[in-house]
Amino acid sequence: MLSRTAENLFWMARDMERAENTARMLDVSFRMSLLPSTLDKQALHFEPILAIAPGDGRFRELYGDLTHETIIRYVALEPANPASIWSLIKLARENARAQRSAISSEAWESLNQTWLQVQNLDYDGLTRWGHRDFFDWVKERSHLFRGVVFGTMLHDDAFRFIRLGTFIERADNTARILDVKYHVLLPHGEQVGGVVDYYQWGALLRSVGAFRAYRRVYHDTVYPWRIAELLVLRADMPRSLHHCYEVIIGTLDELAGKKQLECRRLAGQIYARLRYGRIDKIFQSGLHEFLTDFIASNNVLGVQLQDDFLMTPTMIAGAA
Amino acid sequence: MPQIAERVSVEVRAEQPPQLSRKFFDEMRAADGKVRHAYAALAGLLDNLSIDSLVTKQNAAEELFRRLGITFAVYAEGGSTERLIPFDLIPRILDRSEWDLVERGCIQRVKAINIFLYDIYHDQEIIKAGLVPPEFVLLNPAFRPEMLGVEPPKNVYAHIAGIDLIRTGERDFFVLEDNVRTPSGISYVLENREIMMRLFPDAFAGQSISPVGNYPEQLLENLRAVAPSGADDPVVVLLTPGRYNSAYFEHVFLAEQMGIELVEGGDLFVRDGFVWMRTTEGPVRVDVIYRRVDDDFMDPLAFRADSALGVPGLLSVVRAGRVALANAFGTGVADDKAMYCYVPRMIEFYLGEHAILNNVHTYMLRDPKQRQHVFDNLHNLVVKEVQGSGGYGMLIGPASTAEEREAYKLRVMRNPDNYIAQPTLALSTAPTLVNDEIVPRHVDLRPFVLSGKETSVIPGGLTRVALRKGSLVVNSSQGGGTKDTWVLER
Repeated sequence: MLSRTAENLFWMARDMERAENTARMLDVSFRMSLLPSTLDKQALHFEPILAIAPGDGRFRELYGDLTHETIIRYVALEPANPASIWSLIKLARENARAQRSAISSEAWESLNQTWLQVQNLDYDGLTRWGHRDFFDWVKERSHLFRGVVFGTMLHDDAFRFIRLGTFIERADNTARILDVKYHVLLPHGEQVGGVVDYYQWGALLRSVGAFRAYRRVYHDTVYPWRIAELLVLRADMPRSLHHCYEVIIGTLDELAGKKQLECRRLAGQIYARLRYGRIDKIFQSGLHEFLTDFIASNNVLGVQLQDDFLMTPTMIAGAA
Repeated sequence: MPQIAERVSVEVRAEQPPQLSRKFFDEMRAADGKVRHAYAALAGLLDNLSIDSLVTKQNAAEELFRRLGITFAVYAEGGSTERLIPFDLIPRILDRSEWDLVERGCIQRVKAINIFLYDIYHDQEIIKAGLVPPEFVLLNPAFRPEMLGVEPPKNVYAHIAGIDLIRTGERDFFVLEDNVRTPSGISYVLENREIMMRLFPDAFAGQSISPVGNYPEQLLENLRAVAPSGADDPVVVLLTPGRYNSAYFEHVFLAEQMGIELVEGGDLFVRDGFVWMRTTEGPVRVDVIYRRVDDDFMDPLAFRADSALGVPGLLSVVRAGRVALANAFGTGVADDKAMYCYVPRMIEFYLGEHAILNNVHTYMLRDPKQRQHVFDNLHNLVVKEVQGSGGYGMLIGPASTAEEREAYKLRVMRNPDNYIAQPTLALSTAPTLVNDEIVPRHVDLRPFVLSGKETSVIPGGLTRVALRKGSLVVNSSQGGGTKDTWVLER
């Protein structure tokens, strides 16, 4: 298949996945800002969002003060911010449109419909809609898109590049959410197990849709290191790094066939750390360091993928 | 040089068409009101259909188009269905003998144009013979000196040509324009037929109407036939300017129908003297490029440096004969409105035949005498720019005001070389459904001619219809629509 097609599909999936994760983060921050004990420092809960999704880094320039409203304007609706939910949905739909014939018509219609609904949305509209309802809607549209792709497209190379996009983006987002939230929450170190703590750690879990999963796996109070274990090492947790890489490895094997691709080697290296790693070892050398390193390697893999499948025109000169 | 132009004028005048009658030729009914042979079966069908059921079918057609149109419109900027060209469900019909004339005429013309292009990029015999003024060729902006001495596979330059015809009488077809750069419109021919077969299955069962659906296959055969030697299983691609191009849906449609990759400039690159395509399995060598991008934008190293639509270095591969372009670089020199006048003598010079299809009498405004004649009769004439297209920059004499004519004269005087004039033409009319009524409307015809394996015409073509009463302008930008075109085999 044409490399440009693969590239469009890869980014279509990444953008949609990122829109979902951005909505999740906003949703959780929104909930946490409503907790009584934190009324005085409401905005603090939104600060991490800018760390996780800095967008074009122009928040201060565009809006100045960090408030409820400005952060939602910037992260959800701002057309000038290429990482806002609005921009991500637009990009996903543009990529789909360029490859209209490579995806199923249901997949196209689903994305197009999503775009049409968000296209003219402004802050007042969002408020009328209800913030929480809007975040839920974004999540649902993302679920729907993934489901439609899975259920209606031929499971061929086009499908595989979509899967790669979804899981590389998801691994990145999970790692970022965990990294930032973990360090925002930890220094405040009220007693582990306190009521506020319960809500805050619970909120982190909810932001990756893992609250119930945690309960089922651990049958216990929410402990930070267990959250880390769940989101990094647990293979059956669909948003964990380990799970993402299981899918990535399998998909790359199908795509590469017998070819020795650098991206497959890199992915294998990352996967091995997740598959055979232990959470206490990770904590010994520092979770933050581990996650920072992971995000960097995940990025390198993303770039290598584009090189190996000739998606980067500049690589052509050197390609075999 | 004016001497040559003078001579042309005299000769062209001698070939002046018979006086065009004020009464328009009607495709369906003869002057005595009798239904013409080609329309006999359709007339029977229409007699049995109430106007209401026709309107119902028309609505059904629009609905079907909108459904297909979704496919078209998603590519259109703004994403609406308004971009659809109106479709009229009463077909335009030609019987076998009429079509034979059109077919032979178009093939003859395209053959001559291909030989002409080979000639002017090689020995330039026609210029040496004094039949075409050298400056018309050598100073033509569409002339590509880079193509001098280049041997295109099978000596074909114009693989796909669209010849715009109008009809004024029983056997009187006139060529209005040759399109040998990147002619479009074939997708309408195929879609219109698809719709008509759904709406009027009986009409198709009752008479033998030549099929058009195999066009993509024929096109692919011709494209494969011009692959550089050594390519056993040639890789053919369709190069599009991208999704913001107005004909993008046609590019998608044809690529899908032919089962070839639809590529943009960035998908191709030149290395080691060949053209390659970026794929996820690695670079794939490309042998034939069916391009829908204009010459100027094809290779930023050779032509417009600011083009992002092309492939840097492509010209060098073309010159080395390692990739075939359809259509070749530099075909535009054969189809501008000044060169048009010389096509009949190309036919005589290269083929030793008389032109089967007439040219419309054309005045060259570079010639002072002809110019004076045109200025004196401006209210009866149509003046066009030599390099213009799509109905832009035209003056339609009968529809103009005295002030407009005076202003246009000044425009012409600034650069007379750039203008030609033609009589207003009595385009034939065909029955058309307009607001619950069947009324005559003016039509033209664009048959599509393929060259490569051999030169052939798809039986039918694009009939454009001016939907406004009395209008002679069929361009879609001016309220024109399309009709299915039937060629009866018997």
